Amino acid sequence: MAKKEQVSEEKQAKQQQYNEYVKQITPTRSLPLQMLKAFITGGLICTLGQFILNICEGNGLDKDTSGGWCSMILILLSIVLTGLNIYPSIAKWGGAGALVPITGFANSVAAPAIEFQKEGQVFGIGCKIFTIAGPVILYGIFTSWALGVIYWIGKMIGFF
Amino acid sequence: MSQMIGKQSISFTEPPYILASGSVVGKKEGEGPLGKCFDMVCDDDKFGSESWEDAESTLQKEAVALAMGKAGLKQEEIRYIFAGDLLGQTIATSFGIMNYKIPLFGVYGACSTAGESISLAAMSVAGGFADTVMAVTSSHFASAEKQFRFPLEYGNQRPASATWTVTGSGAFVIGTKKTHTKITGITTGKIVDYGIRDSMNMGAAMAPAACDLIAAHFEDFQTKPKDYDKIVTGDLGYVGKKILLDLLKEKGFDISEMHTDCGIEIFDKDSQGTDSGGSGCGCSAVTLSAHFLPHIEKGVLKRVLFVPTGALLSTVSFNEGQNVPGIAHGVVIEYEE
Repeated sequence: MAKKEQVSEEKQAKQQQYNEYVKQITPTRSLPLQMLKAFITGGLICTLGQFILNICEGNGLDKDTSGGWCSMILILLSIVLTGLNIYPSIAKWGGAGALVPITGFANSVAAPAIEFQKEGQVFGIGCKIFTIAGPVILYGIFTSWALGVIYWIGKMIGFF
Repeated sequence: MSQMIGKQSISFTEPPYILASGSVVGKKEGEGPLGKCFDMVCDDDKFGSESWEDAESTLQKEAVALAMGKAGLKQEEIRYIFAGDLLGQTIATSFGIMNYKIPLFGVYGACSTAGESISLAAMSVAGGFADTVMAVTSSHFASAEKQFRFPLEYGNQRPASATWTVTGSGAFVIGTKKTHTKITGITTGKIVDYGIRDSMNMGAAMAPAACDLIAAHFEDFQTKPKDYDKIVTGDLGYVGKKILLDLLKEKGFDISEMHTDCGIEIFDKDSQGTDSGGSGCGCSAVTLSAHFLPHIEKGVLKRVLFVPTGALLSTVSFNEGQNVPGIAHGVVIEYEE
């Protein structure tokens, strides 16, 4: 038993050493450049959102309704661009700048729907549409529920 | 007389010959440095099919037809076919060659399947169990992405170490009829695990297996790197190539002069954005068929060690925290006058 542990320890050390070596020689992308690209892409998407928002408000809609229209138009735009296979190129260049805004979320839902359509309406699109966005939806709802409970308790004891 | 040699190799006393081979690739591969060499380049990556999986089946079907046609053989004259691909339960193979009515051995060795199927095919011929057999493998970028990564339309960034799955299928007809290319020996690889967990760095996962196999090959055959005109690995890419050369140097073998990698040969990484290089069962198969075999046939290369490499993982094993072990299969192909 003792010998076996020793062997596996040795193996682990060897594997760790190899992983460190691999990390050292594997090329990585330039972080500042990626951040700049993400900043530009994300910034452009947000500017577009603000533009839509301003137009809606300029047409006499209230703030909440304008926000709704803004989100819907951005989502529609992203889904259309996903369908035309243009959104992946934007995300490839812009990274998180294209993934974090609502357009990235729309893309992550539309993409599996297109890909798995061949496997049927139920088992294809139905089961797999949220393969990427699922975790965000689940843990997003769960977190808001947990915060709601905290807020509720806080209010009961007069904290808020 | 025994044909076993060393610990994990066979040296054929009556080497089987490669009668012909066929290669079919997609548009991107056709635009690469080897574009003009392939037998067939299809501009439509769906190959006129409804789904990506079906497209990959079509690839295999066409590659088999091409190879048989070049060898001047009919399907009834092929005794066995050894075939595999990357999809779950190797469905590209099943539906691709189903209509040929050739007795089938389905094989899986991840991206090393080309080496594995050629090894088995050569053994069956050299052992006298068949006169003419085929080995065929395929991979498709879109079906592989769908199975192992994300849907194609999903926007994300690939790390610089990632490889690009080749859309292509290579088929080989192996038999007793004399040609200029013969398979003189094989070395079969063991599973090698160096503790890599990053499925986007396949080169690092497979390089130790390639190193282990090449070193074992030299030991079994009592040869040196200089005895080979080329040592061709399957899809290690730029990252894996560097690791392989370093690891082999540690073992006392310097193959930097004669080593090349199919994943590096098939794409131009700067203009095609393929990062570390090509990968997949199809990568090594089409590169061997379209690029290296013609060179051996002409006698430009006299002795080549072909070593396709595979990463043994599934999305399940990966998500459950398992390492990504590698495997490699070596085939010696020589020129005969």
